[in-house]
Amino acid sequence: MSEPVVIVGAGQAGFETATSLRSKGYTGDITILGDEENVPYQRPPLSKAYLKGDSDPESVALRPRDYFASHRIDLHCSRRVTDIDRQMHEVELDDGSRVGYGHLVLATGTRNRALPVPGAGLPGVQYLRTLSEAQTLAATLPSCTSIVVIGGGFIGLEVAAAARTRGVTTTIVESLDRPMARAVSETVSKFFVDEHARHEVQWRLNTSVTEIVEKNGRAGGVRIATGEVIDADIIVVGIGVMPNTELAERAGLAVDNGIVVDLHLLTEDPAISAIGDCASYPNTAGTGRLRLESIQNAVDHARCVANRLVGNDLPYQSVPWFWTEQYASKLQMAGLVTGYDNTVVRGSLEEGAFSVFCFAGDRLLGVESVNRTRDHMAARKLLAAGKSLSRDECADPAVDLKALASA
Amino acid sequence: MPSLTYVHPDGTKQSVEVPAGKRIMQAAIGAGIDGIVAECGGQAMCATCHVYIDSAWADRLPPVSDEEDEMLDDTVCERTAESRLSCQIPVTDDLDGLIVHLPETQV
Repeated sequence: MSEPVVIVGAGQAGFETATSLRSKGYTGDITILGDEENVPYQRPPLSKAYLKGDSDPESVALRPRDYFASHRIDLHCSRRVTDIDRQMHEVELDDGSRVGYGHLVLATGTRNRALPVPGAGLPGVQYLRTLSEAQTLAATLPSCTSIVVIGGGFIGLEVAAAARTRGVTTTIVESLDRPMARAVSETVSKFFVDEHARHEVQWRLNTSVTEIVEKNGRAGGVRIATGEVIDADIIVVGIGVMPNTELAERAGLAVDNGIVVDLHLLTEDPAISAIGDCASYPNTAGTGRLRLESIQNAVDHARCVANRLVGNDLPYQSVPWFWTEQYASKLQMAGLVTGYDNTVVRGSLEEGAFSVFCFAGDRLLGVESVNRTRDHMAARKLLAAGKSLSRDECADPAVDLKALASA
Repeated sequence: MPSLTYVHPDGTKQSVEVPAGKRIMQAAIGAGIDGIVAECGGQAMCATCHVYIDSAWADRLPPVSDEEDEMLDDTVCERTAESRLSCQIPVTDDLDGLIVHLPETQV
């Protein structure tokens, strides 16, 4: 087909859809409508290298501005899509103008979950999702002496590591009993609790922030449920994100913690796909639906849709992978460990180089590797091939997992 | 400023002046050169910035780390003795004139 493709959202998923279509020889019009002012950029470095002062806005751009024109990708920044007219196959923009589509790709991403406590609107309470938020944080960190991070997820922990690298006194407040609890095993949570403690991060687990304390018209600290007040120059809130589903909902499309799509990433309207962080899709490795927030998910979704649009329609079936870097520890995850009930550790926690194999019964769900890329890559291949491993094979360092994966 | 030349599989060449310190991958992305995807942004997670660099330059390049070595086993185009991940190589003045061969595909 060569009907116009319109992509709502200029994040990694939206960008990858456009660039994949062109690289696969798609000749029709491609339009990207994004509501941020920047050309599409990478988000992963914003909570890593960017905060350590190793980055600049240009270095996180996915491509330079002139790339889009030279590849006939019509990129519109700072434009918000307000409605979808499914009968007319048009989207309406915030200035009332309309853009027609043959196929519409919703890559609307997420927005920050707002901290619901008194004082949350004070200056000095910051979030970290966009380049502009990263610029604000990177500009304030060097002059700050103490920081409180609310939320022990990937973003919160990466911010804490960056702050400690700059010598800033750092406290993490997490409402659950362990960090990254949604995504990793207890063994990995515990390792990173210790790793941050070794870097003098103060932990406040199992408690939540009840109030942002004001000092001279700004945030000066937080009060937690125990009554303790922790002073800080900056409060960074990293308590998760919510999918941007309103546009789809207004258009009458089904939403269930994300825009509902089938295994081909199509909504119930055959002219509309949804991909990346905003899409809720069938979980082929388990039950129910999945909505993942990751580069791998965004990029592989985009390629799946681009393939379909050039006539190569295959169901989505990629193995999820993720990574995070905190201090000298690089955590690489393959598969999803939710629902695991037993684990095997390979390598050495003491030496900071190990993998945790997470099983439900005797079925391998996922593998978490810290500074063990070899295990991670073997795990990706094993999971993609639908191969499991025995507990003995995982535990025995003499067993070559990579050879098993390639067998 | 060092000059790098990227050679596409069809033989077309694109030369770019690159400030020292940038990675070979970043230089290609910054110049909008097709043929390098770099979906993970240079974190050695994806093997989609695979390039071939003539062995004559080998002693001027940083050694292949264990991490890069593992990722290179997962490239879409065949790994050869000249394979590198371009995100792992910072451009230095020593690399002025470097020829970087791009593979047929990265994904």
